[in-house]
Amino acid sequence: MTIVADTRPAGAAPSLPTDTHLKVTPRRVLRSEWAKLWSLRSTWITLGLGLLFLLAFGTIAALRYKSMLNSGQRMDPDFADATSYSLALFGVPFSLIALGVLGVLTASGEYTSGMIRSTLAAVPRRLPVLWSKAAVYGVIAFVTGAVGALAGFLLSSGVLSGTAAGMSLSDGGVVRGLLGAGLYLGLVGVIGVALGTLLRSTAGGISALVGTFLLVPGLMSLLPKSWRDDLTPYLPSNAGESIFALHHSTGTLSAGAGLLVLLGWTALALGGAAYRLMRSDA
Amino acid sequence: MIEARQLTKRYGDKVAVDGVDFTVRPGAVTGFLGPNGAGKSTTMRMIIGLDAPTAGTVTVNGRRYAQHSAPLREVGALLEARSIHPGRSAFDHLMALAYTHGISRARVSEVIEMTGLQSVARKRAGAFSLGMGQRLGIAAAVLGDPQTVMLDEPVNGLDPEGVLWIRNLLTGLAAEGRTVFVSSHLMSEMALVADHLIIVGRGRVLADTTVRDLVLQAGGDTVVVATDDPAELRRVLVGPGVEITGHPGSEQLTVTGLPAREIGRKAAEHGLVLFELTAKTVSLEEAFMELTKESVEYHAASTTGRAA
Repeated sequence: MTIVADTRPAGAAPSLPTDTHLKVTPRRVLRSEWAKLWSLRSTWITLGLGLLFLLAFGTIAALRYKSMLNSGQRMDPDFADATSYSLALFGVPFSLIALGVLGVLTASGEYTSGMIRSTLAAVPRRLPVLWSKAAVYGVIAFVTGAVGALAGFLLSSGVLSGTAAGMSLSDGGVVRGLLGAGLYLGLVGVIGVALGTLLRSTAGGISALVGTFLLVPGLMSLLPKSWRDDLTPYLPSNAGESIFALHHSTGTLSAGAGLLVLLGWTALALGGAAYRLMRSDA
Repeated sequence: MIEARQLTKRYGDKVAVDGVDFTVRPGAVTGFLGPNGAGKSTTMRMIIGLDAPTAGTVTVNGRRYAQHSAPLREVGALLEARSIHPGRSAFDHLMALAYTHGISRARVSEVIEMTGLQSVARKRAGAFSLGMGQRLGIAAAVLGDPQTVMLDEPVNGLDPEGVLWIRNLLTGLAAEGRTVFVSSHLMSEMALVADHLIIVGRGRVLADTTVRDLVLQAGGDTVVVATDDPAELRRVLVGPGVEITGHPGSEQLTVTGLPAREIGRKAAEHGLVLFELTAKTVSLEEAFMELTKESVEYHAASTTGRAA
């Protein structure tokens, strides 16, 4: 903590009042980023989509499961071990795209519009902007994800109540798992902010995000099997999914380990973003 | 107060700003003048820390811009490039900037009113005309009630009413004791508002001067005088610092270094008849062209010198 003394030469501007309460604080930068986020229509639309994907796809999956159950036909192998919990979270990858893209946009939009010049003129130390954006958006994405997961679970449990797949909130690990799904989506949001800051481009940021979470897992099949089994659990997507998985097999990380690994990836992305922000001209 | 010391910015091989030294003082409008591509915008971006200098320093009120605890109180800047998100309303844009410093909502309303944006404050900034966008940029620049106001090409795209409004704003801000730093590539525009001029070309300072001195330096205050005895008049007017030229056989002389009034008085004292006595003031535009031309000639000459 440094004490800032006013070194302005006396009488430099005699007629101006000196407002000593005006200064940049971390809290104020947070407040500013919060206001920026909610003052754009794209925020409302994309958060709405993220929520809708969780609710709608979970409910549709549950309805489809129930109709198969009622018709008495043979169950799809995909649905064999399904529970209302696993069906409710069917929409997570779709919600992930919406929330991740919004994360990218909150940062890349500053660069594509030129707003970043106003932002950094107000906060020339720069890093508080990145931390605030990541924190504000991370919390919002977490809340959206957790609320969506919880509501989706209640809906699909309602649909499937009385069947073998029906679960309730009181079942072991369910509440923790639903919060875990929210945490996963929150961290994806933060990674989106970091990628947007790092790449300064909406198209680039979204490509990197989609590539990391949807394409890279598929590419793992190109690796020799021994490597694949060692590496796959540590991918951001796989680590993230193990945070909210109810059953952990030998090939996956535990919820805690998954969270730690995903936090590591998040820190890495933020570190890259911070480096670019400080080193490159705006 | 803005102080640049050996300020340099290179982009790869290209030198945008080349060891620039200048001081911008409070209480006056300082014009930052130069042709397009002279390094004006880059210099302004370095002042508020958007670009990092390759070498040298620039300080605002004695410190680097980023080291101030309330940067928007120190410098309010309008940059040439658009710095507003098109999806946000004018009010929300200003509010987002205000929050970072704890500036009140009342102050935001005040600058909206001051810039005449009341009727469009809730509209998306993307729908703004060039002129309204410029006014919003100026509202943001004065939001923090800054000691220094820095505007990059503020009259670009403004209608005559807007241009007049900017002129009055600039002189008003300087009269309040603030430092006002305005860039332009239009000498005629600067002549109307600037007290002090910093002229740049190819990333270098060509002149750091006042409007009056620039005119004088460019051979201003020339007087054309005609008489039936030019030889006698030449003898009468000659003195230290006085330069007289004329063609043989012509009744006309061109005099620099003496005001027209003085020439008339001396002629009368010696009983010389004058047919013409005209003070020719060089326009600022001409002075600027003269200066830029010299810089071009200098570059050409130095290239030849190296080749030889």
